[in-house]
Amino acid sequence: MSSRDSILASLRRNAPPASPLPQAPSAITYSDPERQFAEAFTSVGGRFIRVATLAEVNTELEKLESYTQARKISSLVPDVGRTNVDLAALKDPHELEGIDIAILAAEFGVAENGAVWVPGSTLGPHRAIFVVTQHLVLVVPAGQIVHNMHQAYDRIRIERPGFGIFISGPSKTADIEQALVIGAHGPRSCTLFLVG
Amino acid sequence: MTGHAEKAAPFVADDARVHWHDQALWFVRLKRDRQAESIPEWEALRDAAAAIKAHTLSRIADYLEEFERNAKTNGIQVHWTRDGAEHNDIVHRILADRGLTRLVKSKSMLTEECHLNPYLEARGIEVTDTDLGERIVQLRHEPPSHIVLPAIHLKKEDIGDLFHKELGTAEGASDPKYLTEAARSHLRQKFMAAQAGLTGVNFAIAETGGFVVCTNEGNADMGTSLPPVHIACMGFEKIVPRTKDLAIFLRLLARSATGQPVTTYTTHFHGPMRGGELHVVIVDNGRSAILGHETFRRSLSCIRCGACMNTCPVFRRSGGYSYGYTVPGPIGSLLAPLRDSHKFGSLPFASSLCGSCSDVCPVKIDLHHELYAFRQELVREKVVPLYKRFAMAVLSFILARPWAYRVAGSLMRGIMPRLPRVVVYGRWNPWGRQRELPSMPGESFRDLIKKESK
Repeated sequence: MSSRDSILASLRRNAPPASPLPQAPSAITYSDPERQFAEAFTSVGGRFIRVATLAEVNTELEKLESYTQARKISSLVPDVGRTNVDLAALKDPHELEGIDIAILAAEFGVAENGAVWVPGSTLGPHRAIFVVTQHLVLVVPAGQIVHNMHQAYDRIRIERPGFGIFISGPSKTADIEQALVIGAHGPRSCTLFLVG
Repeated sequence: MTGHAEKAAPFVADDARVHWHDQALWFVRLKRDRQAESIPEWEALRDAAAAIKAHTLSRIADYLEEFERNAKTNGIQVHWTRDGAEHNDIVHRILADRGLTRLVKSKSMLTEECHLNPYLEARGIEVTDTDLGERIVQLRHEPPSHIVLPAIHLKKEDIGDLFHKELGTAEGASDPKYLTEAARSHLRQKFMAAQAGLTGVNFAIAETGGFVVCTNEGNADMGTSLPPVHIACMGFEKIVPRTKDLAIFLRLLARSATGQPVTTYTTHFHGPMRGGELHVVIVDNGRSAILGHETFRRSLSCIRCGACMNTCPVFRRSGGYSYGYTVPGPIGSLLAPLRDSHKFGSLPFASSLCGSCSDVCPVKIDLHHELYAFRQELVREKVVPLYKRFAMAVLSFILARPWAYRVAGSLMRGIMPRLPRVVVYGRWNPWGRQRELPSMPGESFRDLIKKESK
């Protein structure tokens, strides 16, 4: 018998009696989800900036040191950022190394934990961009903040085959004496613009 | 057989470090409490998570088949392995068949359990653990001491010395930010040079044939988005039925583990990267036998958050290595003896049965009751040492008979004060090694009551 069949047979033999799937409990909602989202995103080490238009994003970007100092910039958000790296021209994701700042679109945010959903199809030709970049900028349309993770999964369309990711702030670690250090392997900073 | 107490001895010898370790973990427990309290439906979430796990275990073969079918549609190659040896062999074959010799790994307790690293290294493959804490213990040639905080037993000075030796950081430097930066550039080189990436699996989804990996550092994402080959290893119990079940588990996992509202990266894989390959290796390694165990099968619900370790008064004061098993703490004290009750027979006793573990468990495993039940099993199986069983037999004889209790009491009161210290605190009395016995009263409680009521 193959390993597959013998494992499945022993799982069927040893399975406990049937028990039903539960309903998800009714979950927390916030009177001002946008404010809660901003607080949660800031608490996980992110920087939250509220703007009215995409033009304003460009203005605000010029105030960020990580942006003005950046040599290599790549934006996947139309009309935002001074892109000088053409991702489509890179044959291999390893060539992403050296990108100083990447600007990505997120589909929506989650108020309870400050996470944003980024579908793989919006990451361009090399999905590694979101983690290889030294600094990350996320652009989220206003009005696209859900209260909690249950609402989030009601919205998500899983891309199959595909990829998708919740991002909540910059990469971080506390593996040395529980001291929080921002900038582990991925982005050293994460700035989010809520636009509209 | 060296038991938990003997293995804890070197750790508890350094009193200051024990207190520091205790406080470091208690700090994480308090962060967890703040997060749990911020969610009014926290208890209902725990109930739902427990019920989903119970349901899934009752139909686990069906869900795994559904997962496999959907995963294949997504272009994922699925492998089934009965034990650690078969698991290691398949991972090695995937690498060897493609001539790949440089592997980066993100955290996977399953591969620790299977001892994958030494297996691959013996066959010429360079394995780099990329979670910072795991890299630290790998460079020290140690296993992780905690499943979520692998280097929690070390102080920053220890890590400074290690990095000075291994990575060339400045001598005596111990600033966590400086050390993390050094590890970042060291590991970036490893990521850039890697030919394959290996991850664990936090949750696999039957309905969509994909899986989720959670990290804060982004190491799993680096390791699976740069090299073209991704291998993900999972115990079969990681399966959940539907995408929407993820909401429940993701709300619980990071809050319980580190007191964060969610991990920085929650990555959903539903197919290989462009031009790449994605392999999922499903592992049994003794789990299906646990599934058949009526009392202890709930331990398969564990989502490896580590909350039971952070809160456990024994773990906090004895350190992860005292358990001698990949998964330490209360949950490890069940999982290890379920695997080998002789080798790990002391672990169910490494608990005060205070119940704190059961209170924080996000999937409501009744840990302290199961540990208690396991003790009884070990006595029945005669795994508990003879002297202990003998002592318990004598004690139950005395406590069940009032006359015997009276006689024993008066003998103790008469003889004990006359015995020299070397006898009372001899080798037979491990309890007295760190503690003073109370002085014997002149008369019993019964005598006192009799006198009072005259």
